[in-house]
Amino acid sequence: MAYSDKVLDHYNNPRNVGSLDKSSADVGTGMVGAPECGDVMKLQIKVNPATGIIDEAKFKTFGCGSAIASSSLATEWLKGKTVDEALTIKNTDIVNELALPPVKIHCSVLAEDAIKAAITDYKTKKGVAVEAGALAVH
Amino acid sequence: MPKAPIYFDNHATTKVDPRVVQTMLPYFTEHYGNAASRNHAYGWSAEEAVEKARKQIASLIGATAKEIIFTSGATESNNLALKGVAEMYAEKGNHIITAATEHKAILDSTKHLEKQGCRITYLPVMADGRIDLDMLRDAITDKTILVSIMYANNEIGVVQPVKEISKICKERGVLFHTDAVQAVGKIPVNVMEDGIDLMSITAHKLYGPKGVGALYVRRKGPRVQLAAQMDGGGHERGMRSGTLNVPSIAGLGAACELCQQELTAEMKRLGFLRDKLKNKIMSELDEVYVNGSLEHRLPGNLNISFAYVEGESLLMGINDIAVSSGSACTSATLEPSYVLKALGAGDDLAHSSIRFGLGRFNTEEEVDYVAGRVIEVVKKLRDLSPLYEMFKEGIDLSKVQWTAH
Repeated sequence: MAYSDKVLDHYNNPRNVGSLDKSSADVGTGMVGAPECGDVMKLQIKVNPATGIIDEAKFKTFGCGSAIASSSLATEWLKGKTVDEALTIKNTDIVNELALPPVKIHCSVLAEDAIKAAITDYKTKKGVAVEAGALAVH
Repeated sequence: MPKAPIYFDNHATTKVDPRVVQTMLPYFTEHYGNAASRNHAYGWSAEEAVEKARKQIASLIGATAKEIIFTSGATESNNLALKGVAEMYAEKGNHIITAATEHKAILDSTKHLEKQGCRITYLPVMADGRIDLDMLRDAITDKTILVSIMYANNEIGVVQPVKEISKICKERGVLFHTDAVQAVGKIPVNVMEDGIDLMSITAHKLYGPKGVGALYVRRKGPRVQLAAQMDGGGHERGMRSGTLNVPSIAGLGAACELCQQELTAEMKRLGFLRDKLKNKIMSELDEVYVNGSLEHRLPGNLNISFAYVEGESLLMGINDIAVSSGSACTSATLEPSYVLKALGAGDDLAHSSIRFGLGRFNTEEEVDYVAGRVIEVVKKLRDLSPLYEMFKEGIDLSKVQWTAH
């Protein structure tokens, strides 16, 4: 299978790889997927308490090149957004940006789930009620 | 360093040896006769080439020339053996025994036979990839007509205890077929010493052309009969009709002869290269697992799982090297390798597996290069892997509650 240039770019130069302190009150952590399914994404956001804006996003992904690219792209998009703006990122946006083929759409779904899981974790820590539907299960 | 991708996928197919190509060429444009034309020189020279190839193949496997039936390849040979025996021996019984790790050409044929009323037993394999001989013994009933167990596996290279299997079959009067496409020409295979009644061979796995193969069918002790699966001119002792593919058959014969000449030296050379590849990788990386028995294994095969790294992403990183992975993402079915699953190691290790298949044209320099690239990319991907991070933190991944999706 041929990969798009954008997938290759994210695979070869992944953005924002790493981990944030998951015990920090300003950090939300989302971990989705399962090793036996062949992909696990960990996505973390750090929200500036003064502005409510995500000023750091980090990821680590076990998965195919498209899964790595999807999560790498997600961290790029998360930075500079408020938590509520971040919730508007849809998997289809990732599919379009990376030109993912149909068999790789689940990678983008996983990335969207990881974003939602990280935000849910952050909101839970802050004692904010989590909206129904924010935790999509596939 | 290399100009073209390094080819380490010799279980999928092999490069045709230039000496084989030279043997084939005259049969396209000079000696282009039909081997079944009995009354002119064109027919005679074609027939001569076919008979020479039959002898070359027979010599490699310890058979007689008349026991070689030409086919289009191993898929056809496997279909013909299974369906031909099931049909011919239907009055004797309807039970066939095979194994879970067989090639799809066997498993899909047995599925077809199941629909037609045959009963099929799929033996599991042990953690080393070999079948349990006691389970085979227990599975045989008075309705059993055939046992079909592959000689060497195409993914993990594990060699089955063929002599012991054939001995059990003989004791119980059951025919024994083996899909030997990965073994013939790579390790010593002898239908007499191994007690094989039917055996599938293909040319393109032993440096011959694609689209040609053979089925060995025993003529004495016992005389094996087959119901033809294609109707036509009654070629190949009536077992396989169709005009013979003379250039490719000549190529298959030449390929067998070369394998026979070079077998002992090549086994030693490939075993050395494979061990070097394995040792280099394992000395630089932790959490690397060899899939299947190392002792009972084709010399050119190395199938290893790099824990916490997904196979397709690894292939993407080593895109100047041609290898295969058991990862779901690289398969047409989006399922991880059923062969690796059958070993009981868990799906996560199947997703992380890479098959290295070394062959005649690979060099030590290539092995050094491949080992270096694999080590580099696995390290990079482990830096990206949340699972490797958790492992390093001492978290037991089997105890983690994962979100299913």
